[in-house]
Amino acid sequence: MSENQYASGTIYGINGPIIYIKGQTTFQISEMVYVGEEKLVGEVISLTKKRTTIQVFEETSGLKPGDKVIGTGGALCATLAPGIINNIFDGIERPLREIAASSGKYIKRGFSMTSLDTEKKWRTTMKVTAGQIVYGGTIIAEVPETPAVVHRVMVPPDISGKVTFAVPSGEYTISDCLIKVRLKDGTEKALTMTQRWPIRVPRPVTERFLSTQPLVTGQRILDTMFPLAKGGTAAIPGGFGTGKTMTQHSIAKWSDADIIIYIGCGERGNEMTEVLEDFGKLVDPRSGNLLMDRTTLIANTSNMPVAAREASIYTGITLAEYYRDMGYHVAIMADSTSRWAEALREISGRLEEMPAEEGFPAYLASRLSTFYERAGMMHNLNGTEGSVSIIGAVSPQGGDFSEPVTQNTKRYVGCFWGLDKSLAYARHFPAINWLNSYCDYISDLTPWYSENVSPHFMDYRGRILALLNTESSLMEIVKLIGSDVLPDDQKLILEITRVIRLGFLQQNAFHKDDMCVSLTKQFKMMETILYLYDVSRKLIAMGMPMRILKEEGIFEHIIAIKYDIPNDKPEMFEDYRKDIDAFYQHVMEKNA
Amino acid sequence: MSIEYLGLSEINGPLIILEGVSGASYDEILEISVNHETRLGRIIEIYEDKAVIQVFKGTMGMSLGNTRTRLTGHPMEIAVSEEMLGRTFNGVGAPIDGLSPIHSDIRLDVNGQPLNPVSREYPRNYIQTGISSIDGLTTLIRGQKLPIFSGNGLPHDRLAAQIVKQASLGDNSDEKFAIVFAAMGLKHDVADYFRRTFEESGVSDHVVMFLNLANDPVVERLITPKVALTAAEYLAYECHMHILVILTDITSYAEAMREVSSSKGEIPSRKGYPGYLYSDLASLYERAGIVAGNEGSVTQLPILTMPNDDITHPIPDLTGYITEGQIVLERSLFGQGIYPPINVLPSLSRLMKDGIGKGFTREDHQDVANQLFSSYAKVGDVRALANVIGEDELSPTDKLYLEFGKAFEARFVAQGEEENRSVLDTLAIGWQLLGMLPREELDRIDTKILDQYYKPAAEGKGN
Repeated sequence: MSENQYASGTIYGINGPIIYIKGQTTFQISEMVYVGEEKLVGEVISLTKKRTTIQVFEETSGLKPGDKVIGTGGALCATLAPGIINNIFDGIERPLREIAASSGKYIKRGFSMTSLDTEKKWRTTMKVTAGQIVYGGTIIAEVPETPAVVHRVMVPPDISGKVTFAVPSGEYTISDCLIKVRLKDGTEKALTMTQRWPIRVPRPVTERFLSTQPLVTGQRILDTMFPLAKGGTAAIPGGFGTGKTMTQHSIAKWSDADIIIYIGCGERGNEMTEVLEDFGKLVDPRSGNLLMDRTTLIANTSNMPVAAREASIYTGITLAEYYRDMGYHVAIMADSTSRWAEALREISGRLEEMPAEEGFPAYLASRLSTFYERAGMMHNLNGTEGSVSIIGAVSPQGGDFSEPVTQNTKRYVGCFWGLDKSLAYARHFPAINWLNSYCDYISDLTPWYSENVSPHFMDYRGRILALLNTESSLMEIVKLIGSDVLPDDQKLILEITRVIRLGFLQQNAFHKDDMCVSLTKQFKMMETILYLYDVSRKLIAMGMPMRILKEEGIFEHIIAIKYDIPNDKPEMFEDYRKDIDAFYQHVMEKNA
Repeated sequence: MSIEYLGLSEINGPLIILEGVSGASYDEILEISVNHETRLGRIIEIYEDKAVIQVFKGTMGMSLGNTRTRLTGHPMEIAVSEEMLGRTFNGVGAPIDGLSPIHSDIRLDVNGQPLNPVSREYPRNYIQTGISSIDGLTTLIRGQKLPIFSGNGLPHDRLAAQIVKQASLGDNSDEKFAIVFAAMGLKHDVADYFRRTFEESGVSDHVVMFLNLANDPVVERLITPKVALTAAEYLAYECHMHILVILTDITSYAEAMREVSSSKGEIPSRKGYPGYLYSDLASLYERAGIVAGNEGSVTQLPILTMPNDDITHPIPDLTGYITEGQIVLERSLFGQGIYPPINVLPSLSRLMKDGIGKGFTREDHQDVANQLFSSYAKVGDVRALANVIGEDELSPTDKLYLEFGKAFEARFVAQGEEENRSVLDTLAIGWQLLGMLPREELDRIDTKILDQYYKPAAEGKGN
């Protein structure tokens, strides 16, 4: 392509990641551009008759007024083809492993590199033959991308027509022509495995529908108390050190999604390294494959250029939508959306836009909502069903949930998992506060739980939450007068909620039996705790003092269930039920 | 010889504006001579032929006519070599110890470049500092960035000095280690205190000092940590040394940033700090780490004084979001004569979980730490209750917690400035303290570990 085919200009001014071109240009809004001799990647963000404003996704030091800016004619796109899974990219989908291999430990600037390996030959099984009519989304071929993921090569959404030529199954690269399609206008179009899609535009679907399946995460406080639907959205807000990243890691490791897209947006470099190292070793208990075989990382750490941080969220969700179109359930971890909002604020400040709350631009809310609305359970163009679930961490300034990012996020998410500083200080993890968290999916998901786990599941959940709420109001009294003066039935509530907090809500992410817990075990644990409560209540009603009940050690015994019963031995719960019966007998005999 | 530009078109606080320049690039360094003295400046904004320049030494004495400005053609660079060890430099890397400048062919851009996450190695080796509350509860890991959140008048300097002394004399003293000390807006006596400490502990040959003192030009502060970290990276990755970088005081650095930002007329975000405070701090802190396949490491110990002891102030808040934990000093503990006055509850080391336990320290370490945190958090609740109903009315268990709390502060947290405890000593103290509580209160410890280590206080006293 010759340079003069697309718009071009010369730099007039530079301010951090923002550059200006003077005068009227022929650039399009959102067009991707190359800046300067090093061809740094940038994007046009505003156009007036007097000047064109461009944000640059790389460090701008060394750029000069007078340097050339060249357009590409298209918006910033993600490259979609086999090779995405088990890979790590920066915010604009440049492969970090290849960058490390060719430029060493630092990320050099102006590194133009194809996102995916174009040399590698993939074992391709063709699914269409010549003569067939194909539409946007039709599956052309299947490629085993990793042991865990079959990559379904699709016709791009905007193309349909009759197949005039198809290669036989065999080994092909992502740039080899697989089929040729005669379009409606009579022209012929060659299709490869590769699609390009603008990251800020949602990929089309047939329709969105209500999700009735939970995203099972193996985390008790999430699955039981505040479950997330497949295709739903959740926010995890919390001050520093409250465990946002740990919770995200746990979900990325143990949830039953088919594909995980982990976006490290303006966070720590070491955390991304940790995910890379851990997921390359850990085995997915459901499939027996390595976790990395279903995971893609987008790493735009806090010291990487701020504009690319803004783009990283969109790159991530575009990859997710692409896999959803193949019929997969995809979960996105966005850690952290606050850093993304701060990137918006930083660029907005450089553009001298009028700030709204706390310096954030006025369009913060609308950007957040368009991002979260890209989640959902969908009927895809090719008839498959797939979902994108978004789990966004929020890092509120000073841990104060009233700040704009948390507040605006709350309006668009279905699950709110509020992390609590005082729980984290007491090392109660996951430090999700059960009183201020909420979940909008309960009624949609109840039928699924009734069918697949137990009809009593939601009933027990309700009882447990009610007990915890009673505890919180009792604690108000205890704080004033101490617990000794409470009547025994209320002391029992305090004791049983202690069992719930320590034995059920608290979960050890490093214990082999506790890091991921099946729904059956979660249900049985609730059942056992509530049975203990019922039995004890009977004893208290007969006038037995709480002191005697505590002496039996049964409460500690039940707390230890999480460690003592492995996931694959639910029959052991019977023994605990017997122990509770024995406890009843023993108290009765001793104190009759 | 490049062109010299005569005169300026505007002077505003630490910023000057030069018009009619050609060929200047963003972030380039300029030399400005004023009355035979040369000052350095950096281009922070540029429009066609008009450059906004930040002058490191300040604009005092400049007029619109008396300056001659020359472009250097490159961003801020310093010469690096192993000879920097034992030397003292000012905030922009010029020697102030009376010796000659560093001569080296290697000149590095002080802005650094982001380390590729793929090339990093996840830090796992702990550094024994000999301080119980750090080793036991917020273990420092080689390659970590662990700031000290302090307040004015609290002994953060003494604590940092103790860490330097004891960490460098640890078991790994045969390996090559060095300290890079960057002072930003530090008082003279504090800088002297550090210099003396380094001399007394015999490490001064292994220290590189970059001093921007309280009366030095404010704008230089913005470059000091970058210069220091560039030196640290060179020593770590090219000379394969383990580097401990002390950055003090980050608050002065952020204040300087705010000053320049407001002179530039930028739109402020929180408390007048610029919107890029987070990204800018991250560009410092993220330069800690270990590169895979390289023997060296950069560990950072930034110190910041929280304005009005407020941990939600933007500087500690944003720092906490970038660093891998924090050590928080508490005024009320200091008031009770406890040194080091570390409030363990908000303190945290994120990398601790992978650097302790079996094969590193001892298998019970994580459990003991969790239990101490959890029990000490309970102490806070009990104290609040005792304030309302009086100690006498507390239940027997609650009274045990009060005693535990006192003993924890007096025996575990408090220790002498010269006292160097091994991790095993620290764990032993931890178990003695846990022995004061009944076994059923210890709900964070695996049953097997309790069986092995737990001794109730009555029997445990013989240890």
